[in-house]
Amino acid sequence: MSSLIWVRGVMASRTRQRKVKLFFCIVIGILAMIYALFPVVWIFSASLDPLGALATQRLIPRNASFKNYVDLLSDPNNPFLRWMWNSTKISTVSSALAVFITALGAYAFSRFRFRGRRSLLVTILLVQVFPNMLAIVALFLIVQQIGNYIPPMGLNSHGGLILVYLGGVLGGNVWLMKGFFDSIPRDLDESAMIDGASHWQAFRWVILPLVRPMLVVIGILTFMGTYGDVILARVLIKSAEQYTLAMGLWMFIEGWYTVKWGLFAAGALMGATPIVVVFYLVQDLIVSGLTKGAVKG
Amino acid sequence: MSITGRARGLTRPLARFSGDVPRIAQRLLGLALVDAFALWFLHQVVIDGVWFLAAAVAIITLGINVVFWREDLYPLRWLSPGLALTLLMVVYPLFFTVYTAFTNYSDTHLLTKQQAIRVIETRQFLPQGAANYRWTAFRSPAGEYALWLVSEDGQMLLVRPGEPAQEVTPGEAGVGPLDQDGIPQSIEGYERLSRIDSVRYLSEVAELEFGQPPNTVHISSLDKAAQYQQKFVYDGSQGAMLDRETGRVYRAVEGVFTSPEGETLRPAFQVTIGWKNFRRLLISPALQGPLVRVFLWTVAFALLAVLTTFALGLFLSVVFNDPAIPAVARKLIRSLLLLPYAVPFFLSILIWRGMLNPHVGVINKTLGSLIGWSPAWLSDQWWAKVAILIINLWLGFPYMMLITTGALQAIPSEIYEAAEVDGASAWQRFWHITLPLLLVSVGPLLIFSFAFNFNNFNVIFLFNRGGPPMPNTPTPAGHTDILISYTFRLAFESGRGGDYGYASAITIIIFLVLALITLFQFRYARIWEEVSESV
Repeated sequence: MSSLIWVRGVMASRTRQRKVKLFFCIVIGILAMIYALFPVVWIFSASLDPLGALATQRLIPRNASFKNYVDLLSDPNNPFLRWMWNSTKISTVSSALAVFITALGAYAFSRFRFRGRRSLLVTILLVQVFPNMLAIVALFLIVQQIGNYIPPMGLNSHGGLILVYLGGVLGGNVWLMKGFFDSIPRDLDESAMIDGASHWQAFRWVILPLVRPMLVVIGILTFMGTYGDVILARVLIKSAEQYTLAMGLWMFIEGWYTVKWGLFAAGALMGATPIVVVFYLVQDLIVSGLTKGAVKG
Repeated sequence: MSITGRARGLTRPLARFSGDVPRIAQRLLGLALVDAFALWFLHQVVIDGVWFLAAAVAIITLGINVVFWREDLYPLRWLSPGLALTLLMVVYPLFFTVYTAFTNYSDTHLLTKQQAIRVIETRQFLPQGAANYRWTAFRSPAGEYALWLVSEDGQMLLVRPGEPAQEVTPGEAGVGPLDQDGIPQSIEGYERLSRIDSVRYLSEVAELEFGQPPNTVHISSLDKAAQYQQKFVYDGSQGAMLDRETGRVYRAVEGVFTSPEGETLRPAFQVTIGWKNFRRLLISPALQGPLVRVFLWTVAFALLAVLTTFALGLFLSVVFNDPAIPAVARKLIRSLLLLPYAVPFFLSILIWRGMLNPHVGVINKTLGSLIGWSPAWLSDQWWAKVAILIINLWLGFPYMMLITTGALQAIPSEIYEAAEVDGASAWQRFWHITLPLLLVSVGPLLIFSFAFNFNNFNVIFLFNRGGPPMPNTPTPAGHTDILISYTFRLAFESGRGGDYGYASAITIIIFLVLALITLFQFRYARIWEEVSESV
């Protein structure tokens, strides 16, 4: 009898404990949400505030309208749409080529055994420790030199920028993708090759369709990386016509925070929305790709 | 046994010679294109004496050729695009950085010696007693000019831009008969300009160089023209520039042609100057002061950035990993908390910069009305550092939350049950089980994160450009500058033009620090074993 009361008491204290814990979870959840979401909410409200000044902004704007959007898109001095197009073009080309190059490399590392394979893999990982932006001075000088002979690959050209971005793609991506290739049974491509397929055909028609999720993850991460790059674009690109979105918006707002805040907010939202939408569409892929990598170390 | 490159050759020996003819032709064509392009490029680069680029391109091209000809290197064909790009844009820049650190490469010493010589050799002078001519201009309908020159001793010449002067006899080669002034009435394809027209087109004609360089003719007045001569000639045996007008010799001194009297010729060019840049770095107290402070802040920032993002990310993933919370809610919370990771970071930083505006930003206005005080986020060095950590925390915690969630779920639950039976408290369980196990799996990522933040240029530069500035430094330096942003400013933003050699010397210090970190990582973080396991 008494032991039953004791059990009940423990149960009651457990549910109370659980309630307290849940309460804390909710409080922490709310605080974390405010921290994580407030800047986005605030910039959204700023973009709708027709006064467009940092000082007068309120959380719920008075006379909300799309004035900032209209003004920004019709400003001839700051070709916003042009910047967005430049960024989209550069990032698309870079990430498509990056995925292609990485997939080729990962296939070789996963399916062939050749001399120097291990040391090559390790070297590629080691080189990645030095991000190419570190050698920014050298890259600037190199692109300048190349541009003397091939202007579309030189300074102030998108070709030169893409070339520099592509230099850094092999590093970590090849590891990520090789792991994924390894998880696909060899029998699949080997049987295709017994049927007379070449390596290229086995790769193109058997392996690639199976690793599509990983290609998407690497493509999107590369896209986000190049879309957000500031330093390389800043050093290699000179004229406003050629700016990427990141550079253009930065130059636009730098020194003018108090007055151009609303216009900037509109631009920021338009620039971020496509990325955020795509990110959330493939969120599960990215999460599983990254967490797998984490657990594997 | 997998399919190896060599086995492929053995199992299909016939196919290599018969069925593969179109494929070999394809390969031949592709290689021919690559080689033709590389040769054209090399030719140009070698003329200008850009040796390092030439060597890099030559090595890459050679490598591609070898790989595509040798059957036993078949696997490397797959890697060739990636390796070629890595060599050109990562490895070559590393070597080039090291080389540049030992040169005086800067905006004033931009050209190679060959390029500088070529620029200087185009200069001209009017020699004493130079041939003087009376000129008459002829103009073609397309706006091209030719000059008819008559020297004082009656010699007649026809000159066009870029072509050597010709002695012509009137009545031949399209030149019409002479009038009473000794000037042809017509030249085929050109129209003779009257005096008035000559004046009208004078400015156009005056800009032109007639004849073939280096000895060209310029008009010097309304009716006079004179023959100019090349002023400087490079003498390879002395390694010096000779001035043909004054007879002076300019010797190359640290990348500038300098005469014994100390006069110099521009443009200067780049030469190696040994350890000078490093000596400046280590000895000059004016440079040393900021560099040491920048270095200390770089290390502190990278450490704090990893610690804060990891702590918050781990805390949130532990809290929301609780099975008591419904799975749907957990997923929703996690998705929403991922938002900072999804927004392009350059936008986030600029948004934070606006919100942290000390006078009219939302954060300081709120703080001001709540407690009547607010920090100077931009002008006070300590608050600027705090602001950067807050922004970086916002940018970085979702990633840490993601990877720790994955790692937490990989820890078997039996361990916790056993610990609970033994009476371990929640805190003990976290401290003695969760954290050690977690660090094993995410440890290498934390070190990667440290290396990343060590070079986290964006958050530093977009927020406050490394500011507030340190007072009285010879080169611009700020209190929140990290090594990479300090280097960037030296190379691209100092008022006197970029000092690439010195900036590269600092880059080498960053290389060394990163190399040490990597070494440490490979010694202690077990990554080697994992590499050998998974290979």
